Amino acid sequence: MSDEYVTLSTKLAMPYRYVAGVIGSKFFTELRDNKKILARRCPECKRVIMPPREYCPKCFSVKTDEWVELSGEGSIESFTIIRYTEPKIQPVEPPYAVGVIKLDGTDGGLTHIIGDVDLDKIEVGMRVKAVFSDERRGNILDIGYFKPI
Amino acid sequence: MGRVGIVGIGQTQFRSKREDVNSVELVNEAVRAALADAQLTIKDIDAIIIGNMEHFESINYSEMWTIDGSGGYMKPVMKITTGGTTGSTIACAGFYQVSSGMFDRVLVIGWEHLSESDTTGAIASCSDPIWERSVMAGAVGPLAIVASEYMRIHGTTEEDAARVAVQAHKNALNNPYAHLHLDITVDDVLNSAMLSYPMKLLDMCPTSDGACAMVFAEDKSAREITDNVAWVKSVATRHDTAFFGDGGLKHGDKLRSLYLATEEAYTRAGIKNPFKELDVIEMYEPSSWSALTWVDSLHICEPGEAPKLFEEGVLSMKGELPLNPSGGVISTNPIGATGAVRVAEAALQIRGMADRRQVPDVELAMATGFGGSGWSDVMILER
Ligand SMILES: [Zn+2]
Repeated sequence: MSDEYVTLSTKLAMPYRYVAGVIGSKFFTELRDNKKILARRCPECKRVIMPPREYCPKCFSVKTDEWVELSGEGSIESFTIIRYTEPKIQPVEPPYAVGVIKLDGTDGGLTHIIGDVDLDKIEVGMRVKAVFSDERRGNILDIGYFKPI
Repeated sequence: MGRVGIVGIGQTQFRSKREDVNSVELVNEAVRAALADAQLTIKDIDAIIIGNMEHFESINYSEMWTIDGSGGYMKPVMKITTGGTTGSTIACAGFYQVSSGMFDRVLVIGWEHLSESDTTGAIASCSDPIWERSVMAGAVGPLAIVASEYMRIHGTTEEDAARVAVQAHKNALNNPYAHLHLDITVDDVLNSAMLSYPMKLLDMCPTSDGACAMVFAEDKSAREITDNVAWVKSVATRHDTAFFGDGGLKHGDKLRSLYLATEEAYTRAGIKNPFKELDVIEMYEPSSWSALTWVDSLHICEPGEAPKLFEEGVLSMKGELPLNPSGGVISTNPIGATGAVRVAEAALQIRGMADRRQVPDVELAMATGFGGSGWSDVMILER
């Protein structure tokens, strides 16, 4: 038996190209080109689903069939302040706040960054609105963050 | 359907780095221990179920990689990968396969060699890449959001959570397999680094290397193997929605899937008062705060009462309903094995084989698994 444990250190760099889908493509083109935030209504339970999906996860029967344009305003439903550092996967430098934003007129929450805010002053129920990024590329960070109003 | 029981249990040493073994040897360590416990050889095993979260090791096709360790050569082998629930799902699947009548003796194995790759990066890749990955990186943020919601709803304090972590680590001191053996105080937890408010370093589980294996057998076969069988009384599973924003995890008042899965498991088992009838619980709690929220989901107390149960010692080793004599996930978290360890530890309690962490006279024990955006497995075992 050897008393040395041999290990091999290496790195796997995997390129990915994720498909946003029929519903996601419409959402992200409207977000990128027209700064519009859209949700989808379930024809059965009438819930307005955010993020928008082709089928309501609860009813799972007929396709959602209606786009609903949102104001981009909503309330903070829950949040935390990230203090630990994971540079490769974090969207901005810590400390920063992330939370679940209940957008007005929807029944689901959108997880996103809460920015342009005193981190000690964030509260559940606080009203916020979407701030769009100047350079929009057709992804969820086209909304840069939500800021208090 | 005849009864199904657990007749063999094997765990490896859990450590932050098991560099003394490769993954095949790690799996084999648990397999040999489970077979030895059942006094069986691999020839007696009809089928194998192996579970791990393979992207956590940056590998793929792990049931093939590990076959020299699992003993699966020329046997039916099935791999299961369901996130944190992986280890509890292999137990459910072992039960399903034996109950089907297809196989008499099924070996289930959960394992993880987490130190081989980047756990937080791997967990980030579990989130939907289009909608949630870029903002919800890693496990701490979502669990911290649940924690802050629980705090807001029930007025729970950071001391309440710290007490949970202290109890878990204290119990782990009695478990030779546990990864962390920390003799700590509430102040130690409160003074540990803030990761993501209100979650501090010592509130969180570690990442561990290790494996756990069990042999499930049908009624007659089980009784031939041993007269000390942990019989499966009931199982139940519930999955919640995918997005954190509308998923069950978000709700700090309770874990919806666990609330419903335990309800079903109790009904199937004929349990009317789980607090009185259960003798011990091995619950999957990746953090002290999760333990608070999720104890509230087990129908053993009113919503918001979990902190009181911990404070009054009701869930301690000397309490009325001990929770996680093993030290739980807060002390040991080899992801693909973690849920299996809950079932194995519950089975050891039933069989009276838990040594220094044994609860006296256990007749009925419950194990739970947690994963995904709030998924839950529940298995109830009886003597
Ligand atoms: Zn619906």
